[in-house]
Amino acid sequence: MSGYKNTGYEVVIGLEVHVELNTATKIFCSCSTAFGAAPNTQVCPVCTGMPGVLPVLNRQVLEKGVAVGLATNCTITQQCKFDRKNYFYPDLPKAFQTSQLYLPICRNGFVEIETEAGAKKVRIHEIHMEEDAGKLNHEAQSGSTLIDYNRCGVPLLEIVSEPDMTSADEVLAYLEKLKSTLEYLNVSDCKMQEGSMRADVNLSVRKVGAAELGTRTETKNMNSFKAIARAIEYEIFRQIEVLEDGGQVQQETRRWDDEKGIGYAMRSKENAHDYRYFPEPDLAPINISDEWLAEIQQTIPELPDQKKERYVREYKLSVYDAAQLTRYRRLAEIFENTVQLGGGPKEAANLLIGDCLRLLNADGREAADLTLSPESLAALLKLVAAGTINKTTAKNVFERIYADNIDPVAYVKENGLEMVSDDGALDAMIDEVIAANPKSVADYQGGKKAALGFLVGQIMKATKGKADAGKVNAKLAEKLK
Amino acid sequence: MEIDRKMVEYVAELSKLRLSEPEKDLMQQDLTKVLQYMDILNSLPTEGVEPLTHVSGVENVFRADVARPSYDREKILQNAIATESGCFKVPQTVE
Repeated sequence: MSGYKNTGYEVVIGLEVHVELNTATKIFCSCSTAFGAAPNTQVCPVCTGMPGVLPVLNRQVLEKGVAVGLATNCTITQQCKFDRKNYFYPDLPKAFQTSQLYLPICRNGFVEIETEAGAKKVRIHEIHMEEDAGKLNHEAQSGSTLIDYNRCGVPLLEIVSEPDMTSADEVLAYLEKLKSTLEYLNVSDCKMQEGSMRADVNLSVRKVGAAELGTRTETKNMNSFKAIARAIEYEIFRQIEVLEDGGQVQQETRRWDDEKGIGYAMRSKENAHDYRYFPEPDLAPINISDEWLAEIQQTIPELPDQKKERYVREYKLSVYDAAQLTRYRRLAEIFENTVQLGGGPKEAANLLIGDCLRLLNADGREAADLTLSPESLAALLKLVAAGTINKTTAKNVFERIYADNIDPVAYVKENGLEMVSDDGALDAMIDEVIAANPKSVADYQGGKKAALGFLVGQIMKATKGKADAGKVNAKLAEKLK
Repeated sequence: MEIDRKMVEYVAELSKLRLSEPEKDLMQQDLTKVLQYMDILNSLPTEGVEPLTHVSGVENVFRADVARPSYDREKILQNAIATESGCFKVPQTVE
């Protein structure tokens, strides 16, 4: 069998990704966008849709939108405008969402992702600017729906891909690439848990080799990358099952329940798809001159892929290590500054990838929240390079730097973690261990080479792990000749 | 182009309007007249004329990204028909 996991079917996935921009204020008014304020304390007549108000576009929203388009190889729509998308639902007090239909700010771009079969381009159909809706709370004791409009009017970019992905892995690679690009551009926090990055998955399946696309469904409500992967797997196999049973996939919007691990169809709103778009008359059209476009281009920093290539070239790192380091802007920043302060690139990369990413993962934290300083990390690497501490100790000290950004020099001194460098003292300890373990010594000398490892372990224990293991090995072998 | 009864009822539903039968008759006539006027506009030769979305000629009106105090919550909520826990309160909506 061929196709997705030998099912005989292939999968076609396109994504609609919404990201909240990290501007200080909303898209059309001066209300704050800070997360977590008391309900309806960041609202005004504009964002609650009072009659007679005049919305004015936040210039930063436009510039960030253009920057994202340039970083994702899009064509910028230099003459663009907003449209009204009409629908009646209480999360939107105006009864329309100000969005872009006819002339979205960016079109025809792509991002490159790594797949098992090599590099692949995922095309971007368009990116448009729009406003977020309010938050509905259906859990009130009174049985009513309560509305908080703080989020209403927070700027969003909607990034619409072409249906170019064929598995959950490709979707995750695409999302990771978008997230890291947006982080580098400093346009969004991209925190799925807080809802500042959301992805709707359009998915269909078809028999391998079929010319026509299958009927697609749209799945919403995933708030982590893991949930997205699970929801996709679920939907793929649900659709295959429907088709195998002789049924037809219904075109519908579905909701993912991550706790239960199932997706279900949402009740369809009547006439939900007649949005009666028309040009927004209250907002002036936008005209981005070539000069302005060039200015925005100037603000785009070195992006993850370029940085990755430079790391391989400049620091002689492996492609894998370079890719890991550059995935998060903050991690790359720490790495570069550490190297600048004299830390070895390979050694710095090992601690940041092997230890730092592992710790972040275990704590469920984001690299953007790292508090460790390049100064501390560079000082630690210098202690190892000078032979003051060994690698095992260095890993332990790194955990303290990761947690509290301690000064490694003072910490090593206070806790007596320096390696035993006095050869006399080390010789004495080795002799003691030889004397205390006649059987192992005899085994080794009788040809059982593995016995040496046990003796080295005993010596390391006697030095409380503070000896150079290589040196111990050499000395011991010499003594037992 | 003529507007039929069904179209009037559909547009009324989208607009959340409840129309009486005589009102529907009136709407049907009115909307048909509007569309007939559009037909006249559509018959004019417009090749080579740039599309126009706004008539004022104003473009690039922006605001700096500087936060200003929002309204007092009480003030914003004063027009609400019902409130609870600092929120607007509406009949239960199900997605």
